[in-house]
Amino acid sequence: MARFLARRLLFAVILIAITSSAALVLARLAPGDVTSQLGPFASQVEVERTRSRFNLDRSPISQWVLWAGRAMRFDLGESFLYNRPVAPLVARAAANTALLGVVSLLTATLVGLALGVFTGARSGPLPLLVRSVSLVCVSLPPLVTSLAFVFLAARTGWLPAGGMVSSAASDPSWSAWMIDVLWHLPLPVLALSLPMAATFERLQSQSMSDAVQQPFVLAAIARGVPASRVLLRHAWPSSLRPICAVYGLAIGALLSGSFIVEFVTAWPGLGRLTFEALRARDVYLVAACAATGAAFLALGTMTGDLLLAAADPRVRQESAG
Amino acid sequence: MRRAAWSLLLLIAMAAAAAPWLAPNPPNQRFDDLLYAPPTPIHLLSDGLHAPFINPWHVVSRLERRFEADTFVHLPLRWFTGGTLVTGDPDAGAPLLLLGADGYGRDIFSRLLYGARATLVVSLVSALLATIVGACVGGLAAYAGGWLDGVLSRVSEFVLVLPAIYVALVLRAVLPLVLPPSTVFVLLIGIFTLLGWPIVARGVRAIVLVEREREYAVAAHAAGASDGRVLFRHLLPASAGFLRTQASLLVPAFMLGEATLSYVGLGFPSTIPTWGTMLQDASNVALLGDAPWSLAPAAAIFVVVLGVNLLAQSHGRAPVQLEP
Repeated sequence: MARFLARRLLFAVILIAITSSAALVLARLAPGDVTSQLGPFASQVEVERTRSRFNLDRSPISQWVLWAGRAMRFDLGESFLYNRPVAPLVARAAANTALLGVVSLLTATLVGLALGVFTGARSGPLPLLVRSVSLVCVSLPPLVTSLAFVFLAARTGWLPAGGMVSSAASDPSWSAWMIDVLWHLPLPVLALSLPMAATFERLQSQSMSDAVQQPFVLAAIARGVPASRVLLRHAWPSSLRPICAVYGLAIGALLSGSFIVEFVTAWPGLGRLTFEALRARDVYLVAACAATGAAFLALGTMTGDLLLAAADPRVRQESAG
Repeated sequence: MRRAAWSLLLLIAMAAAAAPWLAPNPPNQRFDDLLYAPPTPIHLLSDGLHAPFINPWHVVSRLERRFEADTFVHLPLRWFTGGTLVTGDPDAGAPLLLLGADGYGRDIFSRLLYGARATLVVSLVSALLATIVGACVGGLAAYAGGWLDGVLSRVSEFVLVLPAIYVALVLRAVLPLVLPPSTVFVLLIGIFTLLGWPIVARGVRAIVLVEREREYAVAAHAAGASDGRVLFRHLLPASAGFLRTQASLLVPAFMLGEATLSYVGLGFPSTIPTWGTMLQDASNVALLGDAPWSLAPAAAIFVVVLGVNLLAQSHGRAPVQLEP
């Protein structure tokens, strides 16, 4: 187990190093630089000073070396756009994205798996209805769901149509802030988790209907084990393998999906920040965003692997040996 | 189910191909009096049965974007005039707006038809290229084995693990932000191909690894067939079914990629109607609530994705659509 974790940790470090370095170098090599943000009337002196402040006067390689050396000591540089150190900026955006992502993933998992067990094990009009609805929802990408929900919110006024906090509550207490965030959370969470829940439902339904046809289920029923116990304690755990296998991939999809949901619903997360940083050629901010995204990704795939190992003894054997 | 899905997709493709003939109005024509005008209802009844006619919109309040139909004026629809199937009376200020107008007073239905062309061509060409590249790389990796297999597999795994939309975003954003449409077209195809091939390659590699041990492959070798012939004429055809399904699943993914990039302003310029640029035009939240018809491209995306998923399901695959 320790060796397995160590290998995943090494993978995570490599992933973070490669993606953030690539992002830094790509953003540096992109045509135009951050000084175009100064406007057309900036003086030559000001442009030169900005260039040297962000090490743009060095060659890309020496800039990378300088940045990598500092990044080892967790000094990620400064942002031009926000005129302050990158680390707290990114940490805040990452926390917002993590809140959205984790709540969405939990919602999708709970709803999707529960419905999947139901439709996989039963037949009749109600499971058929659930199945059809989820086939429709699988085909609703986050771009479409978020636009549709924002439209509904704007039309009905039931939920705030965007943002994470109301601008009116600018000086709130901690609890008021929490309630405000909770009030803004359902819309992006719904938009993000609906297609994902449907995907989990389809997968779980498929593997559950395979599992209930296994001989050991019949044997358990023949021994007189109650049906609900057979379903939940015998059939369900054995059907979890394909779900855990896509869980790691689901994290990537979650990040991809949260980008567009954040964009449409004006959620101040990592996606929006990355986009702004890329457009402004704010090199250190781009690199830090890429590093954070890669860290999320590594964490997600690691969680997926651990879940897979927990659900399937065969995998545990492989990683132990 | 399968036939329904096929005919749905075929219908959309044909509508896109016949856009100049089906669209009632030119896609970029602005009707300055009809910003955010609602869809034009087509009437048949008015003191008895008539040929289909429309009432011109009459602006009640430009600020509140309120329109009223002028029920005293009946303008019959004009069929087969000016090279289009049917059109209203644009000169009398009553164009046929089947899905209403957008914020510039342009006909959303016509733009949807023209937009389908760019969106579908980009995604179809990218899916085709990604499938070809993926099949070649996957087949080569499995057939050659050794260090080549190791390198190719690591590379494709690395691309697979990254969130696709961020990679597309970075690759697009590090190029000049404003580019002519033809360059954007080629660029998007390039980016999507780069993102799509590893998915195909991984599957093909697994299939070829199994197939090359089978008797027919060994027999082909023994009969003196060259490596290239065994790979391309014997082993890769075995993965044809997988390739078909995979290519059809890549199309909606790339369509969404185009829509997402255009939505955030890094895809096609807004002068080119695509489903993405149309959604960008519709993205003003304050106005969205009053003009639900401007979300028509989102509905179109949904219909195509649903069609492809139904198709994939009839092939016995769970519709897994995790990456956008």
